Amino acid sequence: MSGYSITEPSLRQKWVAGTLVVAYALITILPLIWILTTGFKSPTDAISYPPKVIFEPSLEGYVNLFTTRTRVSPEALAALPPPATWYEEIVRNRDMVIAGPSRYGERFLNSIIIGFGSTFLSIFLGTLAAYAFSRFKVPLKDDLLFFILSTRMMPPIAVAIPIFLMFRTLGLSDTHLGMILLYTAVNISLAVWLLKGFIDEIPREYEEAALIDGYTRFQAFRKVVLPQAATGIASTAIFCLIFAWNEYAFAVLLTSGTAQTAPPFIPTIIGVGGQDWPAVAAGATLFLLPVMIFTILLRKHLLRGITFGAVRK
Amino acid sequence: MSDTPIERVAKATPPTVARRIRGLSDRTIAWLFVAPTIFLLLAINIFPLIWTVNLSFTNFRANRPNKEVEYVGLQNYERILTDGDIWLTMQATAHFLFWTLFFQVLIGFTLAWLINRKFRGNDLWTTIIVLPMMLSPAVVGNFWTFLYQPQIGLFNYVVEFFTGIPASSFQMIGDVALAPWSIVIVDTWMWTPFVMLICLAGLRSIPDYIYEAAAIDRASKWRQFWTITIPMVLPFLMLAVLFRGIENFKMFDLVVQLTGGGPGSVTELTSINLKREAFEKWRTGYASAYAIILFVTVFGLASIYVKALNKVKER
Amino acid sequence: MKTKGLLAATTVVAMSGFAVTGAQAEDLTLCWAAWDPANALVELSKEYEAKSGNTMHFEFVPWPNFADRMLNELNSGGKLCDLLIGDSQWIGGGAENGHYVRLNDFFDAEGISMDDFAPATVYAYSTWPKGTPNYYALPAMGDANGWFYRRDWFENPEIMAAYKEATGQDLREPETQKELLQIAQFFQGREIDGQTRYGAAIFTERGSEGITMGATGALYTFGFKYENTPGSYDMAGAVNSPEAVEGLEFYKEFYKTATPPGYTDSYMEQGLDAFKSGQVAMAMNWFAFFPGLYADPDTGGDKIGFFPNPGQNVEASTLGGQGISVVSYSDHKEAALDYIKWFAQPEVQAKWWALGGYSCHNSVLNDPGFKDSQPFAADFLSAMGHVQDFWQEPAYAELLLAMQKRLHDYVVADQGTAQEALDLLIEDWTETFEDEGKL
Repeated sequence: MSGYSITEPSLRQKWVAGTLVVAYALITILPLIWILTTGFKSPTDAISYPPKVIFEPSLEGYVNLFTTRTRVSPEALAALPPPATWYEEIVRNRDMVIAGPSRYGERFLNSIIIGFGSTFLSIFLGTLAAYAFSRFKVPLKDDLLFFILSTRMMPPIAVAIPIFLMFRTLGLSDTHLGMILLYTAVNISLAVWLLKGFIDEIPREYEEAALIDGYTRFQAFRKVVLPQAATGIASTAIFCLIFAWNEYAFAVLLTSGTAQTAPPFIPTIIGVGGQDWPAVAAGATLFLLPVMIFTILLRKHLLRGITFGAVRK
Repeated sequence: MSDTPIERVAKATPPTVARRIRGLSDRTIAWLFVAPTIFLLLAINIFPLIWTVNLSFTNFRANRPNKEVEYVGLQNYERILTDGDIWLTMQATAHFLFWTLFFQVLIGFTLAWLINRKFRGNDLWTTIIVLPMMLSPAVVGNFWTFLYQPQIGLFNYVVEFFTGIPASSFQMIGDVALAPWSIVIVDTWMWTPFVMLICLAGLRSIPDYIYEAAAIDRASKWRQFWTITIPMVLPFLMLAVLFRGIENFKMFDLVVQLTGGGPGSVTELTSINLKREAFEKWRTGYASAYAIILFVTVFGLASIYVKALNKVKER
Repeated sequence: MKTKGLLAATTVVAMSGFAVTGAQAEDLTLCWAAWDPANALVELSKEYEAKSGNTMHFEFVPWPNFADRMLNELNSGGKLCDLLIGDSQWIGGGAENGHYVRLNDFFDAEGISMDDFAPATVYAYSTWPKGTPNYYALPAMGDANGWFYRRDWFENPEIMAAYKEATGQDLREPETQKELLQIAQFFQGREIDGQTRYGAAIFTERGSEGITMGATGALYTFGFKYENTPGSYDMAGAVNSPEAVEGLEFYKEFYKTATPPGYTDSYMEQGLDAFKSGQVAMAMNWFAFFPGLYADPDTGGDKIGFFPNPGQNVEASTLGGQGISVVSYSDHKEAALDYIKWFAQPEVQAKWWALGGYSCHNSVLNDPGFKDSQPFAADFLSAMGHVQDFWQEPAYAELLLAMQKRLHDYVVADQGTAQEALDLLIEDWTETFEDEGKL
């Protein structure tokens, strides 16, 4: 410690603060650790009392997540050839055989298609609009910006009523295209607000210099502004992606089989007789992990993203 | 970013068109850039909103395409505003809103204040604390029903560990008295970091010299806290409350997965109630009126709040 | 996308008369709930695939979400399902809103007669308006709510003696609702093999139809009726008759005094779990699960016994079960009808029963060997003899939601009295029928 400072907290203060924060962090992360570990428990360990902290790891949850199984009689089971793979063996140990793959893979893929599709569209449209709002005199600019934001105040269920009717008329119900358009419309307010903030931060002088050098406005946008805004665009994209990834209300109301994403699907994973918690936990782990990684990558821009750019720091 | 969307479009654009784009005036470019966004929002937000307003005056049911649609005037609005059950869901929503905001502000601010002591490794722990808020509420909420199970659930076991109350003697989501708190707990767990992050930004925005000046004036730490820290953080805190308030007024996914509105109807928040009317009972006209009432409520409350916020900021 | 176009083209060809029905290999999707019988149907359908060349796909939705998702699918005009095994109460909406194809012409053309199916099932699963010869489904899965119990405990001399001492009666399969409750209360909290056991697992679920399906089992037997005169919607005095009030109070007493703790939101899955994990002496559930329960290595075999819902003032059981319908938005209606034609054959129906599905075909039910084919077969026949179903009106979902709310508010959430709950229910239903223009 170099000298005494009024604003620098004392060592003792730091120690106390640190202990409390770490204690809170450990409690808050416990449910997430529980999801992770439950995925590797056997069904019996998962529902044992008291809850098991130490257990023998099992891949049954993951096998159950990706397969559908049927129970067969012991005689029929005995008549079958020996299991060819390790996962078949796990299933056989429960007096069951694999009937086919589960729907989890499809639902996960739908989440990827709809998530990336809507993110791409939101960023594409959002960048253009944000640039225009940032650099030009757009009539009624503030009103338009507020209008864009206010679309987020509606409860999704309220929005879903007319969307449901509209999609039914247009044949967009339960289609990837319909969901991509819908998520784009929801995300675009976030994209415009965030990107406008990022572009505002790029000094105008760069573009003006380029314009003097004979660039057209469009070239200046493309060659000067876009590269400068790259980090901002990337973090905005991740925020859009996370929203689309996590969205539940629209997905549960507007999709059923073809375009259903993972969030409405995971809670409906059941085993043969009773909720299969290890499989649910396995499904949740695979689904939540990408977002956790993105969150860690994004931690510097997190605040900005969640407040629509209202708090920058 | 060598291959941005714009560049891809530019590459794909035939030369004559490209030349034309290059020659465009700023004004045209501005419109060209803004128009698609506005169009999309008109098509997927405004047009449906107008449609909803129109539907709210009818007895239309989306599951009865063959039935004739009649205009019933303000009857739907009248029915909603005089329906006792809807007032109960409003009360449940108010309970949820008040207590989640209360706990999130209290814990969130405390955490931010502690983290601002700048102990070693505070960045790492902040990131860990933030994790729950980024996750899918439906998926996490569903898993919490497992954590809340009496006997086998982790939550009851942790409570038993700390308080000695037997884990099997109470059930969070099945009990009429505890269920409203079970949703408050999970929401607080998920969203306290949100308030924390915003408060942290507020705390970090206070320049050191203000505290130094106060110390020279021999203001006590306690006094400094109330005359410097709190007023300086207040606009940030109010912003956090605004965001959480709007989000929790809309709350659907987390609570639907946790309690489904039960037991009875004690956790039936407005969004869940609206979903039942619109997509289970299929009273589309009635539900549209309900949606409009909710929208006006949020919009109105938010506008008043923003005005207050701006006043605080000006001070 | 490409395959979809191709399929559409195939359909056009098929419709324009170039191809013979069923000759073209098609992809059919059948939607149903995710439960034991669905697995049996997959097994059964393999035969159809081999015979017809069509490929069967299945979309099975867990019960708690089944009605929600499938009704949403129908109301959005979705093409996901070609065939739908929909719940009995959906038939009114399915018919009136044009979701289901009317099957009369098809039955006539293919020589399928509804006289070959048990009358109660045809009435409940196929007809709309009720009882008229307008068919929108073929009875696919007969079902009712029944009971099962731990035979090993019921036949344990020590437990039998304790029961005799406590009640002065013999421990046996109950013959009235009150005896059922008495037995359940006897087991509640009892220590057996070193573990605390409870009376019975009953339905209390709030989200879909659970508590209604459970409570009506008691209500019907006490004398609850929907209307004084069928078809007149005069509910006052029927829905809230003194007998109905007593029945609802009975169900609440059952819930409060004879069920395991924490079963506040329990339906089929939770009930099965409670029984299989040895928590309860008895449980109510649909007959559909009985083959699986009997086959269970831990609590099945000679450890389990079955009985139909005991009567009280009258004999009654709550109806479950479904008919199979063709969805009118499907692009593969011809192939879907072809599947139904195959499914209706007596040999297929016999195999359906053998695999664990409850056939409604007379040739199966009237077979002299049927009663002894499974330990619960006779109970099934007797239950199906006096089944009652919920409203099957097009507004059924609204009617059901009201009942779910009123029952759960009273039974689980302790709000108001049974009389008040049923009075409020009449108010809700009156409002619905007024909206419908039926009152």
